[in-house]
Amino acid sequence: MATELPRKEAVVVGVGWAGGIIASELAKDGIEVMGLERGAERTIDDFIMQKDELRYAVRYDLMQDLSKETLTFRNDRDMRALPMRQLGSFLLGTDLGGAGVHWNGMCPRFLPYDFEIRSQTIDRYGEDKIPEDMPLQDWGISYEDMEEHFAHFDETIGTSGEDNEMSAPRSTEYPTPPMVETPAIRLFKEASSELGLHPYQGPSANLSEAYTNPDGQTIQQCQYCSFCERFGCDYQAKSDPIITVIPTAKETGNFELRTHANVRSISYDGERTDGVYFIDMLTGEEFFQPADIVILTSYVMNNSRLLLQSEIGTPYDPDTQTGVIGKNYCYQIQTSVQGFFDRQFNMYAGAGALVGHVDDYNGDNFDHSDLDFLHGGAIRLMQTGIRPINTNPVPPGTKQWGSEFKEANAHYLFRTLSIGAEGASMPHVNNYLDLDPTYTDSLGDPLLRMTYNFTEQDRNLAAYQTERMQEIMEEMGANDIVANPDIGDYNIRPYQSTHNTGGVIMGGDPDTSAVNNYLQMWDCENLFVVGASAFAHNSGNNPTPTVGALSYRAAEGIKQYYENPGPLA
Amino acid sequence: MADENEEQQTKGLSRRQFLKNSGYVVGGAVGGGLLGGVFTQNFIGTTDAPDTATEGDTTSPEQLTHARMFFKRQEDFDVLSAAVERIFPDDETGPGAISLGVPYFIDKQLAGEYGFNSREYMQGPFFEGAPTQGPQSGMLRRGIFLGGVRTIQNIAQNEHGESYFDLEPEVQDEILEAFEDGEVDMTGVASDEFFAMLRTATIEGAYSDPVYGGNYNMDGWRQIQYPGSQMAYTDVVAEEEFVEMDPVSLHDHHE
Repeated sequence: MATELPRKEAVVVGVGWAGGIIASELAKDGIEVMGLERGAERTIDDFIMQKDELRYAVRYDLMQDLSKETLTFRNDRDMRALPMRQLGSFLLGTDLGGAGVHWNGMCPRFLPYDFEIRSQTIDRYGEDKIPEDMPLQDWGISYEDMEEHFAHFDETIGTSGEDNEMSAPRSTEYPTPPMVETPAIRLFKEASSELGLHPYQGPSANLSEAYTNPDGQTIQQCQYCSFCERFGCDYQAKSDPIITVIPTAKETGNFELRTHANVRSISYDGERTDGVYFIDMLTGEEFFQPADIVILTSYVMNNSRLLLQSEIGTPYDPDTQTGVIGKNYCYQIQTSVQGFFDRQFNMYAGAGALVGHVDDYNGDNFDHSDLDFLHGGAIRLMQTGIRPINTNPVPPGTKQWGSEFKEANAHYLFRTLSIGAEGASMPHVNNYLDLDPTYTDSLGDPLLRMTYNFTEQDRNLAAYQTERMQEIMEEMGANDIVANPDIGDYNIRPYQSTHNTGGVIMGGDPDTSAVNNYLQMWDCENLFVVGASAFAHNSGNNPTPTVGALSYRAAEGIKQYYENPGPLA
Repeated sequence: MADENEEQQTKGLSRRQFLKNSGYVVGGAVGGGLLGGVFTQNFIGTTDAPDTATEGDTTSPEQLTHARMFFKRQEDFDVLSAAVERIFPDDETGPGAISLGVPYFIDKQLAGEYGFNSREYMQGPFFEGAPTQGPQSGMLRRGIFLGGVRTIQNIAQNEHGESYFDLEPEVQDEILEAFEDGEVDMTGVASDEFFAMLRTATIEGAYSDPVYGGNYNMDGWRQIQYPGSQMAYTDVVAEEEFVEMDPVSLHDHHE
């Protein structure tokens, strides 16, 4: 029997970037918010001794405990879905701040093309350019309407960067200057320029200088210590929810946080919700948290899973291609080219978002008339800082162990540069999320089941991007180059990126989307579902700034709804 | 004379192999030829190391962690030591796995969360999956490692009549290569999977912070010019020339 708690005006489920932004914006406006976080509390004191590759980068200390909850995976519907028993392909966050704590801090905005991808593709290339099995959709909003929300996110986190003619236009200056240009990044930029491309210093949440945001929160200057992704920042120099939006929410006095509160279902009468059920993971006690407005702000996977489990919205059916929950699950197509050099670079130094960035082959910045794919991706030389367990670059043909390996690893560790492409992922009718019929979590609830594989579009895009990167690497003067244009089948084991998207997508039509452009559920007007789950496809850039912008947009909608309940679109 | 453990770990072997194995286990248990070698090399490694050993002090605090927490039998530990030394040998590049304390590192890892797969999904049912679906074994790593070193020893005894740690390096490598190629029958796990785990654990022991018992004296880092966990690189990050510096560890942050 669940213990009923005092009613709240709004409850936020999952307190990372999305939950923190919603909580801070509503609480500043005088709305009482309860934040339910299934993980533990986390403060900056947790990161003081964090420069430990084994604990954080290899053993995943900040990541989700899969013994309690994971998902199942299969490449296609003919395969038996099996549990992701160990982390690999993507790293699900846990605890306060969520995946917003262990991110690299890469801050490029999605392109205007992304928001109106279907219309723009038809306008430029005709409808035949879109494959029949690609449910490509506009997002129900234009970049122009999103821009102020992107700017708001940049102001909150203090983004360091510089303008570039190939990236999304901005109404405001970057709050802080770009990060330093290192010799490796300079080499990449010079080679790219020689080839007629437009390289620039990538936008970063590892700040180039100390910055105080409009909420009064200070982010410190990056020390280029190289412990960013998979780590929390011991300097408070990487913007994350713990040093920005969560304290802002707390300072209002209108935000209450409850950790170890694992939400299992959303109460729903077929039209509205009146709260959520959660388990206190420390005591096992069950609670009901009543609320006027419920906002799901957990990671992509759990947003879909909670809706499916609570039977809200129509689950996507790949046979009929109807229904929306679980639809358009997308990922990204990561490819890279390695180059071996004579000289050594100080690649042990770096930062998560210290990067030379090229957008010439991203979005629709290049002509696709004669190409067998849509979109593209950012091409980059990232200097995140080499750490020795996970990075052992040896030339092809080198034995992977013994003296030959040791010698080659010692020689090439700082003589190897890598260029990577972050390829956009387009939706496919057979890539989707639903509930697994066999496997359960530690509470006995069904796991989410992911059905996903790379498509022809993805393979063609990957091969093209690899060729472009090879050209740049040759221009950079590498002696030996390793490039593999064939990505094969999607494999859940090797790390690729924590850029999972879709499942609860936004749009202008309730038949083809789950939420409107304020991320309000079409089927439940006082339920908002916020996060990368709203992306109708995934871009060739990092998702966090777009998650941030959509969160500010949703906060606007929730405030409007609070004043004047009803459908916002 | 085989005890319960012995019987369990022979499940995947043929009856012929099992009979052969049973014969050598008794003899093998008194082997442990590497025991002296382990200590000697560590001792040499320590006294030669330029930056740690304080004068007149031959037992640094780090050395006191060199005792087994997981492996019970000396023979198992000696097989492990010999195998990781082949993966990461003492050579011109620098000290090898044994001098760096890698066997103790692996032993400590197996004694804890890593050995128990405690933060991984271990609920059944278990099915063999496609390679794209990741590991699906219901066995814990501690069981896989124990089975692995005993299978290495079985092969050494069966095919060469000697303990693995007494074989010539070339022969030791041949045995490991058979594992790497997936040619060895093991219980609950493919041999290439076990070899990949062993190789990865060896790299981890050589290159992780010394707090975990490996990378002794930070000599794993020194041989690759890795500066460890420095607090800041603001002065270095934009430098054209490569800057080599003495590494620092978590211990240095702790003071």
